[in-house]
Amino acid sequence: MKPGYITGHLDTPSGAIPLVSTTWRVKDIIDTIKVRWSVGRMNYRVQPGLYAVGSPRDSSPVFVTANFKLTFDHVRRALGGIDGWLLVLDTRGINVWCAAGKGTFSTSELARQIGLASLEKVVSHRKVIVPQLGAVGVSAHEVKQQTGFAVIYGPVLAADIPAFIDAGYKATRDMRKVKFPFSERMKLVPVELANPGYYLLLVPALFLLLSGLNRHGYSIDLALSGGLRSLINLLVAYVAGCAVTPALLPWIPFRRFALKGLAVGWCAAVLLSLFHLLGSNPLEAVSWFLIMGGLSSFTAMTFTGTSTFTSLSGVQKEMKTALPVQIGMAAAGILFWLFSKFIIL
Amino acid sequence: MNGLIYLSNVVTLDLDPEKCTGCRMCTIVCPHEVFVVENRKARIVQKDRCMECGACEKNCPDQAISVRSGVGCASGIINGLLRGTEPTCDCGSSGCC
Ligand code: SF4
Ligand code: SF4
Repeated sequence: MKPGYITGHLDTPSGAIPLVSTTWRVKDIIDTIKVRWSVGRMNYRVQPGLYAVGSPRDSSPVFVTANFKLTFDHVRRALGGIDGWLLVLDTRGINVWCAAGKGTFSTSELARQIGLASLEKVVSHRKVIVPQLGAVGVSAHEVKQQTGFAVIYGPVLAADIPAFIDAGYKATRDMRKVKFPFSERMKLVPVELANPGYYLLLVPALFLLLSGLNRHGYSIDLALSGGLRSLINLLVAYVAGCAVTPALLPWIPFRRFALKGLAVGWCAAVLLSLFHLLGSNPLEAVSWFLIMGGLSSFTAMTFTGTSTFTSLSGVQKEMKTALPVQIGMAAAGILFWLFSKFIIL
Repeated sequence: MNGLIYLSNVVTLDLDPEKCTGCRMCTIVCPHEVFVVENRKARIVQKDRCMECGACEKNCPDQAISVRSGVGCASGIINGLLRGTEPTCDCGSSGCC
């Protein structure tokens, strides 16, 4: 079936090129939401190759992008009112940034697609515009050597493409900088939240089950009342690490993500204790501080993967100390929590 | 968000001014303004902002830059540890890593 974003074809010296629409339809909006919430991630690929936008001529610019549908959608929307060519690389449905890091958005893939499309027959100039983040995988001078096409690095964000064109194909300092504003961080939170998959059910279920244990054996009532409390505490710690820490990132002291997460997790635990949610038994309260601190710290640390300013060396350094501490805290916390069910303090 | 800087003095970025011809490519590809070029020589000005993405090394036509590039991603490092490989950012095909 022909995807909805293709509206026709354009005849060129290298054959018929599909013409894409620059507006989003309802399905595109639904796709975007589904991808953010990790529903059926695998199906959002665009057929690689050359596409036409508007009524391009042989002098029109060529924009290079990845075949992740969301990326493709943003680029074609940004090209509204512009006549140009869109060269989609086969990045196996991954965005430019990640694909460049993995080596699928690369010099060789760009050279291959330029060749497959016989780009030299379609356009008279010898330039391709590559999104700046693609520079992680693409080497401009090597592309030039291999294909004769010069790489111009465009803006980081597709939305800046019109301004980039207006400025005479120059990305301003601002367009080249990767920023990580609140809105951007929040967009990534759903993926973070959904990341652990079935653990999200397994761990709470275990806590619910074990909550029924007490000195006298097992109590269903306790499993429900104490279990509910456990679930709230776990959920709060999880949200503290996965959502609150990313949201407040620049304002939380400490550079290490693990410490940021720990601070937020403990603040949340203090709040919960005000509502007597950590239990009346001091040992249980301590156990919750350990569990919640460890969990929030760990989940906050995984946000390093999503953030746009953490280096591999830095994360490795941070993890070397943080990971054992987090595991130790969680393990000790769970032990204390189990003990607290049998001991009256 | 200018305030976001990660740990100090950890990155592996290195520049050999001898080899540099001042083409400015590194200032174009770096997403964190780590370099400036003055008097036809590049200089590292904000080393702690480097995220080790490797774009500068890859696009320097004179091989003046070296950096151990990789994903600054805790899950990726854990993945690597578990499988005994380099850190890999195994984010499936989601929009982020
Ligand atoms: S890209 Fe290389 S040669 Fe060009 S200015 Fe930077 S360091 Fe110098
Ligand atoms: S590795 Fe990336 S962030 Fe670091 S200096 Fe080079 S281009 Fe800039």
